[in-house]
Amino acid sequence: MASTLLSLASATPSASLCFHEINKGKLNLGCINKEKTNPFIKAKSFGRVSMVVASNVSHFEGITMAPPDPILGVSEAFKADDHELKLNLGVGAYRTEELQPYVLDVVKKVNKLLLEKGENLEYLPIEGLAAFNKVTAELLFGADNPVIKQQRVATVQGLSGTGSLRLAAALIERYFPGEKVLISSPTWGNHKNIFNDARVPWSEYRYYDPKTVGLDFEGMIADIKAAPEGSFILLHGCAHNPTGIDPTPEQWGVIADVIQEKNHIPFFDIAYQGFASGSLDTDAASVRMFVARGMEVIAAQSYSKNLGLYAERIGAINVVCSSPEAAARVKSQLKRIARPMYSNPPVHGARIVANIVGDSALFKEWNAEMEMMAGRIKNVRHKLFDSLSSKDKSGKDWSFVLKQIGMFSFTGLNKAQCDNMTNKWHVYMTKDGRISLAGLSLAKCEYLADAIIDSYHNVS
Amino acid sequence: MEDEPHRCFSFLPTFLPLHILIYTPNPVLPEHNRTKSAAVFFHILTMIISRFLRRGISTSTSPTRRRSWWDHVTPALKDLINAVTDAFLADPCPYKINLGVGAYRDDEGKPVVLQWVREAEGKIGATNFLESTSTAISSKLVEESAKLIYREDLDVIKERRFAGIPALSGTGACRIFAEFQKRFYPDSTIYFPDPTWSNHRNIWGDAHVPGRTFHYYHPDSKGLNFVALMDDVKNAPDGSFFLLHPCAHNPTGVDPTDEQWREISSLFKVKNHFPFFDVAYQGFASGDVERDAQAIRIFLEDGHSIGCAQSFAKNLGLYGHRVGCLSILCNDKIQAVAIKSQLKQISNAMYSSPTIHGISLVSKILSNPDIKALWLKEVKVMATSIQRMRATLREALERLRSPLNWQHITNQAGMFCFSGLTRAEVDQLAKEFHIYMTHDGRISMASVTTKNVDYVARAIHEVTASNRDTKILHNIGAYKVNTDICSTFLGTNKTRARGMNLAL
Repeated sequence: MASTLLSLASATPSASLCFHEINKGKLNLGCINKEKTNPFIKAKSFGRVSMVVASNVSHFEGITMAPPDPILGVSEAFKADDHELKLNLGVGAYRTEELQPYVLDVVKKVNKLLLEKGENLEYLPIEGLAAFNKVTAELLFGADNPVIKQQRVATVQGLSGTGSLRLAAALIERYFPGEKVLISSPTWGNHKNIFNDARVPWSEYRYYDPKTVGLDFEGMIADIKAAPEGSFILLHGCAHNPTGIDPTPEQWGVIADVIQEKNHIPFFDIAYQGFASGSLDTDAASVRMFVARGMEVIAAQSYSKNLGLYAERIGAINVVCSSPEAAARVKSQLKRIARPMYSNPPVHGARIVANIVGDSALFKEWNAEMEMMAGRIKNVRHKLFDSLSSKDKSGKDWSFVLKQIGMFSFTGLNKAQCDNMTNKWHVYMTKDGRISLAGLSLAKCEYLADAIIDSYHNVS
Repeated sequence: MEDEPHRCFSFLPTFLPLHILIYTPNPVLPEHNRTKSAAVFFHILTMIISRFLRRGISTSTSPTRRRSWWDHVTPALKDLINAVTDAFLADPCPYKINLGVGAYRDDEGKPVVLQWVREAEGKIGATNFLESTSTAISSKLVEESAKLIYREDLDVIKERRFAGIPALSGTGACRIFAEFQKRFYPDSTIYFPDPTWSNHRNIWGDAHVPGRTFHYYHPDSKGLNFVALMDDVKNAPDGSFFLLHPCAHNPTGVDPTDEQWREISSLFKVKNHFPFFDVAYQGFASGDVERDAQAIRIFLEDGHSIGCAQSFAKNLGLYGHRVGCLSILCNDKIQAVAIKSQLKQISNAMYSSPTIHGISLVSKILSNPDIKALWLKEVKVMATSIQRMRATLREALERLRSPLNWQHITNQAGMFCFSGLTRAEVDQLAKEFHIYMTHDGRISMASVTTKNVDYVARAIHEVTASNRDTKILHNIGAYKVNTDICSTFLGTNKTRARGMNLAL
């Protein structure tokens, strides 16, 4: 193949935005001149060179490998490891005590039902399945909530949490151009990518305190106060990812006060409703409190964890507005954003959720299964705490394992210690020190405790 | 209620989002521009008025804060195609017919679930989807999709020199590509055929890639404007990105011949243009998936490294499952891996991945040779029935002694017929005959059945015949619907956006 020059748009990679920076996942498109520098192209700048004949030469010569996703990359590394004691505590996907994936019984029932019904596969409307949109809003806000009765919620079915967040991000970019979203430090890794790709600038508010392995509440409040008025504050409704540290109800009250005072918009990401405490209502308490104060709220939902529908990509974006007429307008714009993204959302997951939530017997069953899943994680936390406390003679306080909630636990281990966990003990976790308790069985708690104690004390 | 005297000026910054309402002028169908101008003007007016009449919950003591966060959000313009369905649904007339959406119907006018899809659904059941099997199933889908469109025996396929990811049907595949194009060619534009599917412009527009057009449809011949097409391809700057419909062009149904494709491909080589194919109807044009991929095969023979968005919505009848595939041909495996990683990264920040359900269905059907063969037969049945309806519709119009030439109905291919009906005629069809289609006169032939074809022919004849003597007067009973349904979504031509410099 003859090498030929390509016709490239002039693109000079900036020295300050080199590949290394991207690897750290700290790329913030909000601070660079997007058009002039392109961190994705490693090629030298040829300027605009036209070529004569393009035989077998790709237009995409200079494209570099994207950095591996830090979370999914863990699973890949785990797969490649043949050690018999290996443990995958990477992805937040629920596993049974036997460490097998779990399809909820209610889901199996409904799948069978849908197969028997033999429904058609026609396009959904852009906003998704109406029956689903109705039940998902009721699930989050409560069926008797005035905002639902007054039709003040714009609900659009989304592709799980990610897709719903992206719709909201695009709405923010369009109607609040330049306004920032504040995200917790740390937060789910994909939040930054979503806002970057949607061209929404973001900055961080303090959240995790490594000294206490708990919430840096003063820092959080100070940072939210310091943000320019009218910022969007991204909050995890329950079971904070990755730390597992949630504010107390009193702290939520103070957060709401500050947000109201500064005229910010609360933007909830609720990926674990029902999964954190085992109760759907308890886990929605934070969102409901904000809504009860009359605030306009954005809330993204996901059914990946609580219904185990990871692969069906079912979720929703809700915008609580001050009037039904505003809700109608907002909904129309969300549709306007969704249509050139994927036209209309997938039907299967929506039908499953609508059937389960819409049938009281199935809904009860679901609640029971959710309690079981959340219960198993709570048991594992206890076992891990017990193992750590009994094995570690240094007097370190491991109670944060019990205080944290949800699928994840922030162990407080640093990167080197995490590497030790993987290299020496074959325990796979994300490098920020997060472990997924959903991937831990009671049987393996002792082994994990040994690994954590060794990494914490013997590696710095 | 606070006193906010400066509020009357605060609408000015909200003009910023107007770029979403502004489209490049459409030179071929200027009536679109006027309608869009009118609609935009109307919405701006609504926005201004709503600011003065706004009431809302006050959550702030700051005088500069608007009451509701969303006051400045205007109602979005309705999606053109869905608006047709909305109007159709709102019509109580029992004789109504929806010729708007491109979705296949049986002769009863009912949606069809392909037999093999049902069987595959039964097999899938509630399978445990491990992350590893998800990856394996996704790879299988990409592999099978590539074989379907590119041909199994090509080196580029055998050597896996392509990057592919499953996508949310055709729309999702186009959008991922548009974002990819923006990322690596930030200053580039995309050339669409004029006309093209209405969503294309928004897809690339939302990815911040400006769209241009090249001549395609000749309104006089109702066929391809080949000379102008080649001119536009030649005059475009070297290395431009082009969106091509390889078969069953949407909305016109007009496809280049093989010879014409060869000439287009040669010119593309000279100009080093990047061809991106939107493959939404493979199998629907001729009934033969191989035949319908001919344009792509021609480009591959010439050595182009192309990109392809495939949709399984129509040919597998999987509309609601949203299954498709985006693929880009590469020089070598290393590049393929790099490009795939970039595509994955883009999709991860948009929706992570399409549903496993849809992907499993497609991969099951395509990877089993027996099931695949039976599926191909079903596709042929669907395509043949559409071709038969084309002939029937044309014959019916000719039997009515319509003075117009309706040859294009059978000349055009695929799901759609670009009827040549004017906007006024389309409106009349909706108002008086309760037949709905997009206002560019595009008819979804898949919704024309043996039961309604005569009625459709008579209605078309009625609105188009200029000679009163040849008109056949109908009595369709008492079901005359209030006309406002159609005029609301179609907009009016009465107002013009004077002095606003809105390029539509």
